[in-house]
Amino acid sequence: MEHGSFTDNSAATFSLTEEDHTLANAVRFTLNQDPRVTFCGYSIPHPSNARVNIRVQTTGDPAREVLKDACQDLMLMCRHVRSGFDKAVEDFKASNAVKAMKIDSQDSDSEESE
Amino acid sequence: MAGQGEERGEEKKKFSIWDLPDVPAGQLPPHLELQRTRVLCNKDAPIHTESVLYSGAYASMGVDNSLRLDHFCHNFRVEVVRLTEEDMEFDMIGIDAAIANAFRRILIAELPTMAIEKVLIANNTSVVQDEVLAHRLGLIPISVDPRLFEYMSENDQPNEKNTIVFKLHVHCKRGSPRITVKSDELKWLPNGSELIKESRNVASDSASKPETYTSFSCSQDTLPEFANNPIAPKYPDIIISKLGPGQEIELEAHAVKGMGKTHAKWSPVATAWYRMLPEVVLLEEVEDDLAEGLKSKCPVNVFDIEDLGKGKKRATVARPRACTLCRECIRDEEWEKRVAIHRVKDHFIFTIESTGALPPEVLFTEAVKILEDKCERVITELS
Repeated sequence: MEHGSFTDNSAATFSLTEEDHTLANAVRFTLNQDPRVTFCGYSIPHPSNARVNIRVQTTGDPAREVLKDACQDLMLMCRHVRSGFDKAVEDFKASNAVKAMKIDSQDSDSEESE
Repeated sequence: MAGQGEERGEEKKKFSIWDLPDVPAGQLPPHLELQRTRVLCNKDAPIHTESVLYSGAYASMGVDNSLRLDHFCHNFRVEVVRLTEEDMEFDMIGIDAAIANAFRRILIAELPTMAIEKVLIANNTSVVQDEVLAHRLGLIPISVDPRLFEYMSENDQPNEKNTIVFKLHVHCKRGSPRITVKSDELKWLPNGSELIKESRNVASDSASKPETYTSFSCSQDTLPEFANNPIAPKYPDIIISKLGPGQEIELEAHAVKGMGKTHAKWSPVATAWYRMLPEVVLLEEVEDDLAEGLKSKCPVNVFDIEDLGKGKKRATVARPRACTLCRECIRDEEWEKRVAIHRVKDHFIFTIESTGALPPEVLFTEAVKILEDKCERVITELS
C-alpha cells in the first residue's frame, strides 16, 4: 500500500486499488493546497487495472499523516457541499411553492372578478 | 512587500513610483488575480486553464494560497436555477474543477441502479433475435429506488432483496394486424420467478413447491414501499419489439443492482455535465455603429444596446451566461482589443438529467456521499 523508505517517512508512494481519476484528482487537489507538501501527483500505471499511485513528498511530516489529513479535508468539503446543496434545493422548492400559490390566488381572483 | 519589488525595477523609468497604485498586502495585484481565477478564451486557444493549486505559489508576494476550510465554507454557494422531476440545473460557486469533475464521474458511473440483467426466454418466434431482445430489455429504465435493494454476487441466490422479476408474454394471433410490443407489457411478478427449473433429483417429494429460478421467501409487495405502487418501467411507451401474425414472445427478466462502471444500462443519469460560467468584458466603450454590429454578431444575443440620449448608443453585456463561446465577437480584426471573453474558474453550471429511478437532487446528494465513502475507505486503509 505504502511504498517508501523505512528510514525517511516524509516521502512515499501510496498504491490504491479499485480507484481511478475520480478520487485521485480530488485528493491531489487537497494535497496540493496543504502547505506541508512539496510535491504531489498521481499516475495510473495501466488503464485496464483499477490502480492508482499517489506520490506525496512533504517538508518533514510523515507522508501518511499528510495524506490522511488531505482525505479528512476532502470529506469535510463534501459534507459542506452536501449541506449547502440540500439547503439550496429546499429554498428553491419553498420559493416555487410560494410562487405557485401566488399564481393560483391571482387566477382565482381574476376568475371571481369575471 | 509588493511595493519594494516594484521600486527596484522601476527606478530607471522617468515617473514617480508614488504614482503606482497601492497593492493591499495579502492580496494579489489585479493581473495575477485575473490569471488565477479566470480562463482567458482568446481567438486561437484558451490560456491559464490550469488552476493554481500549489500552496506556496504566491509565497514571494506574501499571499497564502493554501486551502483553508473556513475560507471554503464561507465562500461556497449553491444556487438552483431549474428543478423538475427529470432534470435540474444548478450553480456551484467556490469549488474547484477537480471536485466538480469527481461528482460528474460518480453521477455517471458509480451510482447504483436496477436494470434487467438475466433474461430467461421460453419462446421467441419474433424477428428480433434473443440476444438483441435481451440487450434492449436491459436498457429500459426501471422506476424503483435502488437503495432498497442489495447487490447480488455470483454465489448469491436470487431472492427478494436483490432481484426484481418481470414477465413479458405477448402473442400476435393469426389474422390480427401487426402489434408493437411496448415496455408497459413488462409485468412485475412480486412473488418471484414462475419458470420451473428442471430438477433431475427424483428423490424430491412431489408435495413440495417446484423449484424456480429465484427463491423469494416473501412476496415483494408485502414490503411497505411497494404495497401500493407496483414496480414498472419508468416510461410505458418504449418500443421493445414488433410482432407479425403468429409470432410470440414469452420471457422472464430478472433485474439486479449494478453500477454504470460495469455497463451503461446501470447509469442513473441520461447524462450529467458542467460548464464554467462565461464572462464577457468590454475593454473599451463600444458605441453607435460598432455597437449595432456587435449586437448583430452574437448568435445568442449576449449584448444589448443602451441608449445614451442625443442619438448615441452603447453596447452592454446583458446575458453573459448564455454565451456559448463561439468567439464570433472576437473573430474579426480589431475586435480582440474591444471584447474579452473569460471563464470563471470556480463557478460551475451543473446540469443533471435523470433517467427516472431517482430525482436529480437525490442523485447529486448520493454522489457526494459516495465520494465521502471513498475518502473514508482510504483513511481506514491508511490507519
